[in-house]
Amino acid sequence: MAEIVIDRVQKSFGATLALASVSLAVADGEFVALLGPSGCGKTTLLRIVAGLETQDGGRVLIGGKDVSALPPRARGIAMVFQNYAVFPHMNVRANIGFGLRMAGAERARIARQVERTAALLHLEPLLERYPAQLSGGQRQRVAVARALAVEPQVLLMDEPLSNLDALLRLEMRAELKAILHEAGTTTLYVTHDQTEAMGLADRIAILQGGHIVQTDRPAILYRRPATRFVGGFIGSPPMNFLATEASGGHVGLGALRFACPRANGPVLLGLRPEDATISESGMGFELAVIEPMGSHALLTGRVDGQMMRVVAPPDLAARPGDLLHLRPDPARVVWMDATTGEAINA
Amino acid sequence: MRSRTLPYLLIAPASLLLAVLFLWPLVQTAFLAFRAPGPLGVDVWSLAHVRRMVSDFDFHTALFNTLGLVVVVVPLQFILALTMASMLRHIRAGRSLVLWIWSIPLGISDLAAGLVWLAILSERGYLNTVLHAVGIISGPRSWLTYETPGVLFAAIVATELWRATAIVLVILVAGLDMIPREYAEAAEVFGATPWQRFRRITLPLLRPSIQTALILRTVLAFEMFATVIAIGGRNFPVLASKAYNWQYFDQNTGVAAAYALVIMGAAIGATLVYLRLLRSPEQAR
Repeated sequence: MAEIVIDRVQKSFGATLALASVSLAVADGEFVALLGPSGCGKTTLLRIVAGLETQDGGRVLIGGKDVSALPPRARGIAMVFQNYAVFPHMNVRANIGFGLRMAGAERARIARQVERTAALLHLEPLLERYPAQLSGGQRQRVAVARALAVEPQVLLMDEPLSNLDALLRLEMRAELKAILHEAGTTTLYVTHDQTEAMGLADRIAILQGGHIVQTDRPAILYRRPATRFVGGFIGSPPMNFLATEASGGHVGLGALRFACPRANGPVLLGLRPEDATISESGMGFELAVIEPMGSHALLTGRVDGQMMRVVAPPDLAARPGDLLHLRPDPARVVWMDATTGEAINA
Repeated sequence: MRSRTLPYLLIAPASLLLAVLFLWPLVQTAFLAFRAPGPLGVDVWSLAHVRRMVSDFDFHTALFNTLGLVVVVVPLQFILALTMASMLRHIRAGRSLVLWIWSIPLGISDLAAGLVWLAILSERGYLNTVLHAVGIISGPRSWLTYETPGVLFAAIVATELWRATAIVLVILVAGLDMIPREYAEAAEVFGATPWQRFRRITLPLLRPSIQTALILRTVLAFEMFATVIAIGGRNFPVLASKAYNWQYFDQNTGVAAAYALVIMGAAIGATLVYLRLLRSPEQAR
């Protein structure tokens, strides 16, 4: 078991900055997701940890050892690739046992380990098959089994579920979480899917434009985003942001007044769609669209002329054009600087 | 109805053309080789031409020379091309320029290539000029005579390596480009050394291209003619040059056809061996 320390790692591709001095520590046995939109540098960071890409500056430590100059095979890692990269000319058994064979393990140990990992991922009936005879989900399992079979100190996963259909992804997500929890492997997991990151990770590091903007537990990222970007990226539908003006430590929105940590000047009020209730009085909300989602209704409308989304009970009797009244939960409101988009701490 | 017959209609012209220009001459060659004038003055089935070919004073030399060239040239070309293709993979800038330069010999006819090397290796050729200049030899010296079959052989091998390695290279480069990088990366992550990656991942995945390249090269090597004639003339008989000599100097089409059939048999045999040895398991494709 080992922790990963990423210490001020930098990387540019020609004139394009991929990573600007990124630091991150993943504790022993912890599951950290690298989350961000495409092109944010998350895959580059993972590949640097794997040793498949060389950083321009900074260090990578695994288990306290500086591995920055070591080739991938000397880093004690295993990896699951986005396209699985399951070797097409080897059957499932040979694929799962590949890492151990390369390490020169004894035959008996390889056989035992292959059986064990195959059982863990329900691959026993497929051991003699070739990848071309497997479905996408089965190939994905083989890729995970191949990685777990070597009992790595560190497991790196690059969007492992992105090529699966929605239902299968949900299923594999739960399974993966159970298996990795059981194995207790330190895991770094790249994804652009925020629900996947929220569901799987102990902590999430959010990357934007080559910077880590926030690293925290999913619940805290959700409640207390460090920037407007994080608030908008995490959660579906995203957090609402209303531009407003503070004066005397207060902000007025419609008929409501909120205490604001900034005395005066322009601020952004951030509010999750589910953190406002519809009531008799409050701030005016002109309903424009109502989407019945089954478990709830998603309302889109305007407050003070600004777009806002609200989650309402599914049986809400309202029609587009109606004027509703919202009462946000003051404890759930977050404040951001209007120009920098960074959170203003109380 | 239309969808079922249309594909056949579309391939019909090409099939017909091949049948007329390839299959029919083949059948005719077989006729020429296995039919000879009988006692009644009409052609009958006979092994006379074949017997004449086999008892030809340098039939065995020609057979031995041809096989020797194939056995030496093809593996050397394969190893060279594989090495060059692997080296190309590590070049980022100017890769296509290097590949282009390496494939220049492909644009030269085999006769011209033979003449180029003849110019190097002849009595007053470039090689001797250089050797004389540095004082290794004192005067003109012949390398390419019937007394020096070893040198002749080596010269032909060198010419063929220079001339035709690029075709193997081009096929292997295209094959390597088709293998996704992720496989090598996965192997690297899971502990494979560079040699293990090459041996266990790249080579097996390259198998279809290797098969194509080897079949093509071996068939062409059995038919080797112009380079051999240019460098060795009659001093280095091969099957193809024997067929040519019997046809044009001895005016015996029957024996020439028998030689042609030996070449064809060898080429087909080699192709079958490659198809069998380098076959990918059905389910692993």
